Amino acid sequence: MNLQTIMDELGLTCLTQGRNFTTITPTSGYASDLLSCVMAGAKSDGLWVTLQAHLNIIAIAALLELSAIIITENAQVEPAVVQKANEQGVTLLATPLSTFEVVGKLWALGLRAD
Amino acid sequence: MQTLRAELHVHTVLSPCAEVEMIPPLIVQEALERAITLIAITDHNASANVAAVQAAAAGSGLTVLPGMELQTQEEVHVLCLFETLEQLLAWQEVVDRHLPALENNPDLFGEQFVVDASGDFICRDTRLLLTSSTLSIDVVFEQVQAMGGLVIPAHVDRKAFGLLTNLGFISPDWPLEALEVSRHLKPTEAVLKFPQLAGYPIIQGGDVHRLEEYMGVSEFNVAAPSLAELRLALRQQSGRSYQYQPGADNLQPTK
Repeated sequence: MNLQTIMDELGLTCLTQGRNFTTITPTSGYASDLLSCVMAGAKSDGLWVTLQAHLNIIAIAALLELSAIIITENAQVEPAVVQKANEQGVTLLATPLSTFEVVGKLWALGLRAD
Repeated sequence: MQTLRAELHVHTVLSPCAEVEMIPPLIVQEALERAITLIAITDHNASANVAAVQAAAAGSGLTVLPGMELQTQEEVHVLCLFETLEQLLAWQEVVDRHLPALENNPDLFGEQFVVDASGDFICRDTRLLLTSSTLSIDVVFEQVQAMGGLVIPAHVDRKAFGLLTNLGFISPDWPLEALEVSRHLKPTEAVLKFPQLAGYPIIQGGDVHRLEEYMGVSEFNVAAPSLAELRLALRQQSGRSYQYQPGADNLQPTK
């Protein structure tokens, strides 16, 4: 299942530069708001679901080469964060849904932890 | 008694997020130009540049307290300030045993330089410093205080790594002596925004990652520039006092 399908199914808003999301296939999912846990637990090419929206999430996503970050509950994302994400090639997706709801929908679509 | 203008939250080039200008001679010079007479060096989970800044400040009239900005298991940043370098280094040994064995990626997080008193390169710290230790905030309070140190939760109003966001509330079990708010919130306004801060001494820290970020808005009336005296002042005891003194952050350095 590619990222464009996930974005359509969940109604996610892309905050960063557009690209051909049909060519990106997230292979796993991970949810946590503690960056140290994400660093240890999230897998490369995975989707990360969090309500953290500060600058440090970009470094984590770039380090782990995540397919995208889904920022939940409409957490405020500063322009500097979006700019950094674009520089690092990180995709930021936003939703008013809670992390619980997003994870439930991703699971229903067939995405798993690994 | 003397009046100290203090900035208790200063990073050096050892912190990956600090600018390259944060070297000992410039840290000292900038503080003095802003009439700041006491600073604490607080790098992320590390302390290898403290002695160099102290050496750079020797004889200048600037007091440099040994410190660290520790990241707890809960991803809360706390300042750990000590009276002596020996105390800090003993605490560093504890921290080193509780840091993950991960390597820093300078391209993503920034360089971590250990330098001498002139600011000359000695080595890189290759560990990932910008991450959580496995020390809980409860353990940090207990151990740092037992070692003679002072724990001040840093920028408690910030969403990233702030105590209120990550832990939700202030535990009555902590032997809390002071709290720091960020440059974005005046201590006088902090209690209105976060009523649970009421009753605690609140300092405002510059969280200085570049020279222009010095604030120096904490004023201490003390008998000597020491941590023991700052403690008394925070408690407003024995004739010592602490007050938020805005205005210093508007002082332009005289260059």
